[in-house]
Amino acid sequence: MTDWPGYIGLILQGALVTVELTIMGSALAVVVAFAAGLGRVSRFMAVRALATAYIEFFRGTSIFVQLFWAYFVLPFAGITLTPLQTGVLALGLNVGAYGAEVVRGAVKAIGREQREACIALNLTRGQAMRHVILPQALSLMLPTFGNNAIELLKGTAVVSLISLTDMTFQAQVVRAQTGNTLIPFATILVLYFLMALAISWGMRWLERRVTRGLDGVRT
Amino acid sequence: MAAPIIRIDSITKRYGPLTVLDGLSMEVLPGEKLALIGPSGSGKTTILRILMTLETISGGHIEVDGEQLYHMPRNGGLVPADERYLHRMREKIGMVFQHFNLFPHKCVLDNVTLAPMLTKGVAKAEAEKRAMELLDMVGMADKAKSMPAQLSGGQKQRVAIARALALSPKIMLFDEVTSALDPELVEEVLNVMRKLAAETDMTMLLVTHEMGFAHDFADRVLFFDRGKIVEEGKPDDIFRHPRQERTQTFLRKILAAGHRL
Repeated sequence: MTDWPGYIGLILQGALVTVELTIMGSALAVVVAFAAGLGRVSRFMAVRALATAYIEFFRGTSIFVQLFWAYFVLPFAGITLTPLQTGVLALGLNVGAYGAEVVRGAVKAIGREQREACIALNLTRGQAMRHVILPQALSLMLPTFGNNAIELLKGTAVVSLISLTDMTFQAQVVRAQTGNTLIPFATILVLYFLMALAISWGMRWLERRVTRGLDGVRT
Repeated sequence: MAAPIIRIDSITKRYGPLTVLDGLSMEVLPGEKLALIGPSGSGKTTILRILMTLETISGGHIEVDGEQLYHMPRNGGLVPADERYLHRMREKIGMVFQHFNLFPHKCVLDNVTLAPMLTKGVAKAEAEKRAMELLDMVGMADKAKSMPAQLSGGQKQRVAIARALALSPKIMLFDEVTSALDPELVEEVLNVMRKLAAETDMTMLLVTHEMGFAHDFADRVLFFDRGKIVEEGKPDDIFRHPRQERTQTFLRKILAAGHRL
């Protein structure tokens, strides 16, 4: 008789790792997205170049390769990270590159009229960005950030390749030990879906909060 | 006679191959109410935008309140102004836009208090007290907590005027402030401006298609065409007895289009 409660427990432990990776990876991605996205619209050429290089590199190479580099090649440079740190780093930097373009697009979308009002009111560029442009841009970013977070969640499955015991890794273990394919994979299918649903709901709630009072009217 | 508060000395403005202003010179006296009229594309709005430093100039000099606007003195000569210098010069000038440009994510009161708190370090309580006085003046005190999206165009524009006034500029620029409004909302904005003209000695430059208002409001009217001042003078002279043919044609057209004088 197969000990299913025990095996499901194993998968749930993996689910915890997946959640942990998703939260920490997303946190890093947001920080990096804002840094690189604002870097892209900087008036300093060097900053723009650096941000562009980062974005193009991380969008243009595979997350697998980035993960392997972080885990297997960085140690040769004297940097050894735990599997969890490696996972968070690779996922955060990868998704952050996509997020940076979202930040840049949203900031650009806040039109000339708002910028000119800031100049006429004698705000500095930094004050205009912080108090006028970003608060409005945020509501434009959130739907795509939600997409990116879900992408990141699903991307966490690749960390099983560097022996991190996430949900997918545990499902493989259960499958190998029980010989049953349907139950472990059906379980993680449902769990991934529920996690993605939670992200969707969370983002929709945030969106409602941020757009309160705007009523979709922008003049 | 007092020294001019604005002295524009043969400025040129080009957008690529297009020359919008070509060696334009003009002066404005402190406290003067000046109306700039003319067909679209004649360069009148460009002058306001240049004075607000929303554009750069391709040539010439501008002096505002005794100091260069686009140039700053260095080593006995003049060099292009840097951001910090412009920041100081912009304190003298305020602008109200055709499309209001209120901050949609902030309530009416916060729209008015934001700039004084950030640029002059005014304490919140004091900024709000002053903002309420200004909102009262434009008849918007009861909407202080409303969001811009809840207001009519005329109400938004009155808030925008209060917001510009909150920084107490010496010069106010009004760029077609009633052009985006429904006809029945125009008068409430014009009334605020009449009140402003009567109660303050601020210098005001006004780009408008409201000829009747320009006639009553302005001390002097400049008629622009193709980047040049074609004719200038007292409102009565320009509107009742224009000497230049281009002015006559323009006024005939705009009056035929239903604008009152």
